[in-house]
Amino acid sequence: MTNSIREVKKADAIFLTGSNTTENHPVIGAQIKQALKKGTKLIVADPREIELAKYADVFLKIKPGTSIALSNAMMNVIIEEGLQDKEYINEKTENFEETAKLVEGYTPEKVAEVCGVDPEDIRRAARIYAQAERGSIVYCMGITQHHNGTENVMSLSNLALLTGNLGREGTGVNPLRGQNNVQGACDMGALPNVYPGYQPVTKAEVVEKFEKAWGVDLSKEVGLTIPEIMHGAEHGDIKVLYIMGENPMVSDPDTAHVEKALKKTFLVVQDIFLTETAELADVVLPAAAFAEKDGTFVNSERRVQKIRKAVNAPGVAKADWVILMELMNKLGYNKEYNNPSEIFEEIRMVTPQYAGITYDRIDAVGIQWPCPTEDHPGTKILHQERCGRGVGLFMPVSYSPSGELSDEEYPLVMTTGRVLYQYHTRTMTGKTEGLNQKAPESYVEIHPKLAEELGINDGERVKVASRRGAIETKAKITDIVSEKVVFIPFHWAEGAANVLTNGSVLDKYSKIPELKVCGVKIEKLA
Amino acid sequence: MKSIQDLDRIRQKSLEKVNLRRNVEDANVEAEASGEGLTDGKPKDVLVCGGTGCTSSGCQKIINKMEIQLEKHQLKKEVKLIKTGCFGLCEAGPIVIVHPEGAFYSRIKEKDVEEIVEEHLLKGKVVTHLLFKGAIDGDQVKPIDEVDFYKKQQRVALRNCGLISPEDIEEYIAFDGYKALSKVLTEMTPEEAIDEVKKSGLRGRGGGGFPTGLKWEFTAKAEGDQKYVACNADEGDPGAFMDRSVLEGDPHAIVEAMAIAGYAVGADMGYVYIRAEYPIAVARLQIAIEDARKFGLLGKSIFGTDFNFDMEIRLGAGAFVCGEETALINSIEGKRGMPRPRPPFPAHKGIWDKPTLLNNVETYANIPQIILNGAEWYSSIGTEKSKGTKVFALGGKINNTGLLEIPMGTTLREVIYEVGGGIPNGKAFKAVQTGGPSGGCIPADHLDAAIDYDNLISLGSMMGSGGMIVMDEDNCMVDIARFFLDFTVDESCGKCTPCREGTKRMLEILERITEGEGEEADLNKLESLAKTIKNTSLCGLGQTAPNPVLSTLHYFRHEYEAHVKDKKCPAGVCQGLLQYLVIPEACKKCGICANKCPVNCIDGVKGKEVYVIRQADCIKCGACMAACPFKAIKKG
Amino acid sequence: MITVKINGFEVKVEKDTTILEAANKIGIKIPTFCHDPRLRPHGSCRICTVEVKGGRNLPTACTTPVFEGMEVETESEGVVEARKEILDLLLANHPLDCLTCQQAGRCALQDLCFQYDVKESSYGGAKKEFEIDNSNPFYYSDQNKCILCGKCVYVCSQLQCTDAIGFAERGFPTHIATPFNQGLEESTCVSCGNCVSVCPVGALVPKSKEKFRYWETSPVRTTCSYCGVGCQMDLLVKDNKIVEIQPAMGPSNEGLLCVKGKFAYNFIGHPDRLKAPLIRKNGKLEEGTWEEAYELISSKIAEAKETLGPNSVAGLSSARCTTEENYLLQKLMRAVVGTNNVDHCARL
Repeated sequence: MTNSIREVKKADAIFLTGSNTTENHPVIGAQIKQALKKGTKLIVADPREIELAKYADVFLKIKPGTSIALSNAMMNVIIEEGLQDKEYINEKTENFEETAKLVEGYTPEKVAEVCGVDPEDIRRAARIYAQAERGSIVYCMGITQHHNGTENVMSLSNLALLTGNLGREGTGVNPLRGQNNVQGACDMGALPNVYPGYQPVTKAEVVEKFEKAWGVDLSKEVGLTIPEIMHGAEHGDIKVLYIMGENPMVSDPDTAHVEKALKKTFLVVQDIFLTETAELADVVLPAAAFAEKDGTFVNSERRVQKIRKAVNAPGVAKADWVILMELMNKLGYNKEYNNPSEIFEEIRMVTPQYAGITYDRIDAVGIQWPCPTEDHPGTKILHQERCGRGVGLFMPVSYSPSGELSDEEYPLVMTTGRVLYQYHTRTMTGKTEGLNQKAPESYVEIHPKLAEELGINDGERVKVASRRGAIETKAKITDIVSEKVVFIPFHWAEGAANVLTNGSVLDKYSKIPELKVCGVKIEKLA
Repeated sequence: MKSIQDLDRIRQKSLEKVNLRRNVEDANVEAEASGEGLTDGKPKDVLVCGGTGCTSSGCQKIINKMEIQLEKHQLKKEVKLIKTGCFGLCEAGPIVIVHPEGAFYSRIKEKDVEEIVEEHLLKGKVVTHLLFKGAIDGDQVKPIDEVDFYKKQQRVALRNCGLISPEDIEEYIAFDGYKALSKVLTEMTPEEAIDEVKKSGLRGRGGGGFPTGLKWEFTAKAEGDQKYVACNADEGDPGAFMDRSVLEGDPHAIVEAMAIAGYAVGADMGYVYIRAEYPIAVARLQIAIEDARKFGLLGKSIFGTDFNFDMEIRLGAGAFVCGEETALINSIEGKRGMPRPRPPFPAHKGIWDKPTLLNNVETYANIPQIILNGAEWYSSIGTEKSKGTKVFALGGKINNTGLLEIPMGTTLREVIYEVGGGIPNGKAFKAVQTGGPSGGCIPADHLDAAIDYDNLISLGSMMGSGGMIVMDEDNCMVDIARFFLDFTVDESCGKCTPCREGTKRMLEILERITEGEGEEADLNKLESLAKTIKNTSLCGLGQTAPNPVLSTLHYFRHEYEAHVKDKKCPAGVCQGLLQYLVIPEACKKCGICANKCPVNCIDGVKGKEVYVIRQADCIKCGACMAACPFKAIKKG
Repeated sequence: MITVKINGFEVKVEKDTTILEAANKIGIKIPTFCHDPRLRPHGSCRICTVEVKGGRNLPTACTTPVFEGMEVETESEGVVEARKEILDLLLANHPLDCLTCQQAGRCALQDLCFQYDVKESSYGGAKKEFEIDNSNPFYYSDQNKCILCGKCVYVCSQLQCTDAIGFAERGFPTHIATPFNQGLEESTCVSCGNCVSVCPVGALVPKSKEKFRYWETSPVRTTCSYCGVGCQMDLLVKDNKIVEIQPAMGPSNEGLLCVKGKFAYNFIGHPDRLKAPLIRKNGKLEEGTWEEAYELISSKIAEAKETLGPNSVAGLSSARCTTEENYLLQKLMRAVVGTNNVDHCARL
């Protein structure tokens, strides 16, 4: 997030898209509702009429995968009506002209057809966001999990640049992180192309710095992303796959393909439960849960916060950091850490954004990076004086239809997501009875009209099939979705949505799979 | 309404409509016959009270019948039939007044209509036997304003009630309606308007008695992009109907006053919060608002100025606590009617947290008169600290039950014995309770106290919104306290601990006492609990709820003591402490009592044995006493 | 700045500060039931009543702003008398089952009755009789214990903004209810438990699997391990077991949690947890030692490196693990194995 979570309460308008906040980030959802009670205006763009849509000043029930068209049309309206922040554009951005030219073609009327919404609603949304003194864009996986996910984000940041909604309280472009420490994992370079602190593995001086810090020679070759690793494993190029705390057998697209890949490699899984993935492993290492160890998580607003050991891990299970350290030692790299704070000390030596953060400083309240020095208070709002790169760069992006369009055989668009009462692959939430009582099983949301066409009643078993596979699940008839769109939450291994999703279409920049759009067909089971 | 000239034009045009009511003629001068039709040759205005009281006693039937009669006698041109608001003397309803004589007919039944039409309207002869008994002295007919009930009154807030048709904006205009608004908008600055109200000495008529002008000033000075004025018409005191009568009889006065207030404090929107149980008031106010809009007296650019003002009605669902200003604001916002802590006061954070001026109906009803006649005129009425007049709803053990408006400073005695006509059936006065269910009971010793805010408080009671309930020797003061507390316990909103839990416990103690199970320690417990409730409750409801108990404990402690020590109810009201006894010397052994007893608890032998009541089985219904032809059964 | 005297001590505070805040500033504790700094002040319980010199009655410290020269007494005779009376009244309508009440030890009513020596109520009379609503899987609502401080309602409406519960009826029968008294399970309640966390008495209590007393537990401050909001919370630990979770005032959650953070901690000590390394032998996973496991892994890595080079090894790190662990995994891959084949599920 460019800004801090509680700042949503300071926004005059919030443009919420691709985030079902009240279910997936409930505490932020509550804060958005607090803002609404104080008069903040809300625009929601989502293929489903999520809870917050009911409170929205404008709700745009867009077709899945059409976000860029919508953003471009909103920009079209803003420029057409002269609502852009000219001063901000002149002083703090570049590449405006080219972008303005591109969006000229995106008239509300044209885009309304692409998105399946009313052109007037697009205009109203554009005006609300542009005219707000403080406009905040909040988004989540509904924006990123597309073949053009990165461009989706660019189109949103274009909107923010156009209206000067950056670098001030209550503004910003704010992705909500789905997992407790996605931010930390990214910050730490658990990515194939960067070291900790987003320092490229291809940059000579960076490599040199890490070689010096770690005392070894390092590869300058960009590594493989998950989909590529899976592909490699399937084809025998990856011999050993070490998975720590992930369950790709449920979370990754096209699980049939994942299973094939995992079975072909020497698989090590380090986890707290025997997950669907661990069941396929050659070695399973028992890890400590978050309450059984010390360390830090970094939340969506870049705040480094502590976790503390409260209870002992079961059996001989060990904290992940202990396992990793012992394995490193076994492999001949001799480095001892007595506790996570010693690892953190090493981290801040090599990660400029973390340089000023110490365990002592975050004992009571976490600090938001960047925090370059020990007397720096941390950074609540990014791009305040100017943008990170100097000036904000408009990135003109064109709408292109999703990789897998519905056709005659698979006439429906399926999109996936989550529910309030389960979390990810249910490794944790599946153990709490109350949650299973609230959300017991997989289901597919079907519009009443479609259900009628297919002769399906609420609660009946149905078969949902895509080009990759088929699942059985329960029909939930609701007009939350549109007539040609169905929705399946992906948590459950039984009736798993990711049997159907498309792992072959990836975003060209981030390699994120197009999880939010795939063609399916539905039939009633006898 | 573009200008004052427009208003003048309408007033001139409307004057003839109301002329007969403006100049009352002597009814005792015999009319001269003059041929066909209207025999005395004079047109007449027949006013029929259409207030809630007279509506329930059947005024609509009288109006219908009157219509038929007028039609039959072809009098429709000469005689105007007008349904007005309340005349005040509800005791005597349904009421019909015939102008220009001001003849005051009371308790009129459908069958009387024909006689009034044929005798009075056709022949000009007042039907004396149908007149209110106070409206005739020997053979002299007294016009309505000389009847005792009205003589001591001075009607400012009620001036148009019973005089005009509340559903005819032109009649209101004819009686100088909206002149005050035009004056304020075209001749006065907001500060001058506030100053006038301040100088008048008007204090809030809803109960608090806070200086109205100051409230206006606070709201005017409060910072806010949007301000509101609101009218508290959530009259909840049992037996009180001051506000209802104003709204039923003179709704435009409220519309006009709120517009004036809006101009003074800088608000362009007004809300009238009125209980849904007042359907007639709601309907008439709604008509008034719509007519005012049609006449351009609400809306944009009123009187051609840049002042805009509009208003809406919000209906309350009957919770007593919604008469408390912050609970009322919550309710207007659609929230549960529960009080908010003050500060912040509504003048700073009211409706939707915007500065809000909140006055009650009667307060507003005084405003146009203050503006028209000046602060000096208004402050010349009343006492040093309480200016103007006050409307009271007089009830209980009193001859003239009804609504009256007297100058501040009138004594309780004058109100009860002169205006109210005294206690019925020659009973002795015991106490008067003022200020609604949370007021105190004032004993006979203080009958000569002049009525004003401060005197009433020093007597352990309060002005409240103007309820006045008279009690006589037959009333048990413990039972009265229990009765009022029962009301406040029911109406507590349940928010704060002392009011919710404490009043309930007080009531339980009082119930114990009236059932004969009280102990002496209960009296101290009542007092200490009452003190905590007064001191710590959140809103006025809780802070004043113990008043009836405290004031009766103060003035009538001996009655409480009789209940707890001697296990006797001196007034013979509390059934748990009653015994019906046969007086052996008086008993004629007739057995009628035993026959009447529903539980067969009277033993005796007819003609042979004196009858005896088995106390253990007696349900204290009193049937025996009522039935005994020889007054041989006593209660004690 | 405004100068106020509280119990004889002077304190300087900003305008619009309440008496309660001013007293807190100098360490003078005024008891409260219904106060929560996050809520719009509502002044329901009246227990924080204090004496202000020259004042007409006893105002509540939580709602009354200070003024220059104000003199406040927080424990004067009159104040203590009023507080005792309020406690007496509350107790009169509250079950005296502290012996078996789950809230004992964390109950504000219990604590204040102890502080002000209110042993039992001096009143008999009516008591509430409500059925316990246990329809929600995570917590009970026992209206018989409710003191109507209103915090649950206001937290639900002002902070969580779900508006699932409200006040029903008025006066003495007032109670907290869902619309039409249909019960929590039929309501819009999202089981966030934020009402449970603020209940000062035992009216809203978690359905606890463990028998414990609060004084047997110790809190451990940590960060929630579910989504990326980073809510701060306290794990209450008894005998190496987490028995309850309480929200903390973290910068991103401000004392709120969701159903998962508040109630879904059962996985931590779950019997299905992995307790020892498992090694596949003859196609089956069997328990082994750490040494065996490390030996096997390191030999496989060495073998892969030898045959196809370091890029034939890959590691998937975890957004679920700590920052330090993510650092170590990428370091393991990069510095020890020699490959940049590191990724994690940020994209999923």
